[in-house]
Amino acid sequence: MSQEVLLKVKDLRTEFFSSKKSSVTAVHNISFDIYKGEILGLVGESGCGKSVTSLSIMQLLKDTPGKVTNGEIVFDGVDLLKASDAEIRDIRGGKMSMIFQEPMSSLNPSMRIDKQMIEGIRLHTKMSKEEARNHAAEMLKKVGIPDPQRVLKNYPHQLSGGMSQRVMIAMAMSCDPKLLIADEPTTALDVTIQAQILDLMKKIQKEEGSSILLITHDLGVVAEMCSRVIVMYAGKIVEEAPVEVLFNNPTHPYTQGLIASVPKLGSGVKVLPSIPGSVPDLASMPQGCRFAPRCKYATEKCRTQEPDLVVVGENQRCRCWLKQEG
Amino acid sequence: MEKILSLKNVSKTFPVGKSLLGQPTKFVHAVNNVSFDVYEGETFSIVGESGCGKSTTGRLINRLLTPDSGEIWFQGKEISKISQDEMRPLRKDMQMIFQDPAGSLNPRMRVSELIEEPLLIHTNMTPQERMKIVNELLGIVGLSDKHAQRYPHEFSGGQKQRIGIARALTVRPSLIIADEPISALDVSIQAQVLNLLHNLQEKYNLTYVFISHDLSVVEMISDRIAVMYLGFVVETAPKDMLYKNPLHPYTEALLSAVPIPDPNYKKERIILEGDIPSTINLPKGCPFAARCSKCRPECLEQRPEQKEVEPGHFVSCHLY
Repeated sequence: MSQEVLLKVKDLRTEFFSSKKSSVTAVHNISFDIYKGEILGLVGESGCGKSVTSLSIMQLLKDTPGKVTNGEIVFDGVDLLKASDAEIRDIRGGKMSMIFQEPMSSLNPSMRIDKQMIEGIRLHTKMSKEEARNHAAEMLKKVGIPDPQRVLKNYPHQLSGGMSQRVMIAMAMSCDPKLLIADEPTTALDVTIQAQILDLMKKIQKEEGSSILLITHDLGVVAEMCSRVIVMYAGKIVEEAPVEVLFNNPTHPYTQGLIASVPKLGSGVKVLPSIPGSVPDLASMPQGCRFAPRCKYATEKCRTQEPDLVVVGENQRCRCWLKQEG
Repeated sequence: MEKILSLKNVSKTFPVGKSLLGQPTKFVHAVNNVSFDVYEGETFSIVGESGCGKSTTGRLINRLLTPDSGEIWFQGKEISKISQDEMRPLRKDMQMIFQDPAGSLNPRMRVSELIEEPLLIHTNMTPQERMKIVNELLGIVGLSDKHAQRYPHEFSGGQKQRIGIARALTVRPSLIIADEPISALDVSIQAQVLNLLHNLQEKYNLTYVFISHDLSVVEMISDRIAVMYLGFVVETAPKDMLYKNPLHPYTEALLSAVPIPDPNYKKERIILEGDIPSTINLPKGCPFAARCSKCRPECLEQRPEQKEVEPGHFVSCHLY
């Protein structure tokens, strides 16, 4: 893996405004890098800010109450937060593209597949309609669709969930993106179809050398796909580590709890260790460490002062007082 | 062990499409010839992918749906054709927990009302007695009596599911049908609810019919498992047999497709080709033949019979 940075996120803060003055902070000053050619996993439970992070990177918060209020996102030398709309449009869907959780609702239901795909391709390349159509068919073939010509003529409702997700991937990959953001790409799919799609994403990443930011809540998917992992909790990064390190030697109590609470095929346990309580509400975050109310190691300090994200090992960062004192 | 529930060749179809005269033109064959027994005190799981008929089976057992054919025996009584009036007292012994905790709790009812409702229907208790049970149950499922006067929207997903479990427990049922009770919950909450279900089973000697698509969860909680595909039960076996020695090619593929949360674990994965066929036109032969790598000519022609390959291990496949 080369260590050349493709995307640099620095102090990103995204807030959602319910009125001019009141807002909740969904993503709280997070920083991370994505290197060229790697699959970076972004894990966390619902409401931890992982999807908002991806939408912030893609600049897709325009028509929502959400707004990036701080930080920079540098992609391939361009600061996306300062770029003009035209520049963003050029990058989005071109050098950087995205696949979503719900393949069915991310495709336009009233447009045939060929039209949707050609539109994207022609926006970013100088291909003629004919060439774009051929390219679209080629892409569909690449993602394992047996009869591309027929699928091109179909409407989205005529395709199954697995098929539509393949179309989404083909569409996202059609302009050779350098970065693919996949937000829970297999969560809506069945296990056997999930296996097909994950296999396909790995193959494409290897062949095209693109980087993938894989957002998921499924630790099994992370272990299988990613080289590095970022764990988020309540809008903040709590741990970042290479995948083997994260699973063999998790340092943050939340990561430890999360890994322990997932049943593992073949482990033979009857009762799982579980994390007590539930994720705090974004509008009323606990003082101090955000995980402290659920943490069995929490001390007085944890409840009053917030720890920083510090380096705790090779390529490993962790936000916990316990790891900063000894 | 006593048999508490027994399904014999149960089938259910749903009409789709209408001709000019309002007659249905096509049928979805949701459940086809399903047979299995559930013994007292065990956890019997039904696994399969979406559309395989596992939820419909659960609803047939509880008689929320009426089967087209076949027999359902519950506690020594044939219930597949009895009326809803006759069924109502039996539901005291057979309760259900649903997948979507938010959708299965009436948003206009307080938690105390939700939990005491089964008692109003099935018993003649005084309000004081009912409240006592409600508070006791809230404690058992890990909530407290101060929650009793709140409405469902004031709770998180995991807490709502606890309320759903408390409601199912009010009438002390012997059988609980849990339809994907944890799949709508976050990972850290899933473990909490699973542990709760496990503890309740030990405490009250409950029998579970656990419906799920998640094979890692099923392995943890089950004693015996039925694997469904396209409305058919393709394999039934005790847990250890099924996970160590899956016989049906579909079970094998399903097990190999589960992502393991361990980056050092390398395994051979069987990637199935294609999608699940439609249940409107069932294949003539084996339901899995079109995606099966071991498919032989007879698989396309003839439907396999269920065979007992080793004691307790049933499989419907021409290979055995």
